[in-house]
Amino acid sequence: MKLSSKIAIVTGASRGIGREIALELAREGAKVAVNYAGSEAKANEVVDEIKSLGSEAFAVQCDVSNSESVSNMIKTVIDHFGRIDILVNNAGITKDNLLMRMKEDEWDAVINTNLKGVFLCTKAVSRQMMKQRSGRIINISSIVGTTGNPGQANYVAAKSGVIGLTKTTAKELASRGITVNAIAPGFITTEMTDELNAEIKEQMLANIPLATFGEPKDIAKVVNFLASEDSKYMTGQTLHVDGGMYM
Amino acid sequence: MAEVLERVTKIVVDRLGVDEAEVKEEASFKDDLGADSLDVVELVMELEDEFDMEISDDDAEKIVTVGDAVNYIKAKN
Repeated sequence: MKLSSKIAIVTGASRGIGREIALELAREGAKVAVNYAGSEAKANEVVDEIKSLGSEAFAVQCDVSNSESVSNMIKTVIDHFGRIDILVNNAGITKDNLLMRMKEDEWDAVINTNLKGVFLCTKAVSRQMMKQRSGRIINISSIVGTTGNPGQANYVAAKSGVIGLTKTTAKELASRGITVNAIAPGFITTEMTDELNAEIKEQMLANIPLATFGEPKDIAKVVNFLASEDSKYMTGQTLHVDGGMYM
Repeated sequence: MAEVLERVTKIVVDRLGVDEAEVKEEASFKDDLGADSLDVVELVMELEDEFDMEISDDDAEKIVTVGDAVNYIKAKN
């Protein structure tokens, strides 16, 4: 197992891609702090599943857009596991609307969770990782952060921001043995994408060279790679995992 | 109170790999002791651990010289 006894935090890990990331890290031997904002029961299910895989886990509530909440979460994880090797910034929300109809609070909510949340969690763990002289930070961006997408000005701005933040954090922390990379998923089947109507889905499928939607596991496998020693000579990169949708 | 200076000096010597003789109170971490911005952040973190205190980001930005660090710690303790 490539991540034996490594300690990981996955934000937004109660559902969707985050859930699969937490499980996949655990399958490689990592002990996982399963962060959730509201879905406590679902987070506990992920914890139970990780335990049944033979690894350790616990659920930790935190709104990643709140700095105090984030500090408490990181402290809780360090108290519990003693260190932090891997941070996966996955937590994200959508509040889609056309730019001309988008309300300021829709803009703020998405930027606060999807972009500021990455900054706050990264800042909070970087102290621990600097002391350790090692760490892996993996940010979940999105294909639309590179391509743009009508109806998602807030989401796209945040996901694009995550790519820039990834590069800067990578440069600042490289000398301390910490790598920072991003993954830009394409169309992955989750509750978030289930909301899209059939027509849009069909249109998207036509634009995917590999001619199928992705699964959360497709992202989780790449997270494992970025979390392991196998990726030790990579930092500041964005890996597009999208069936070839963006090239 | 000389003890604070001694403990700060030890951390600076360990972290920045400089000679003890260079660690004077007026020495600037960046200009005289070869520290970069990240080294200073780390020094402050080590001082927090050594003296069991929290130094806010705002306060940390004011710590430029060895003497700044020593005086800050003395004032807080």
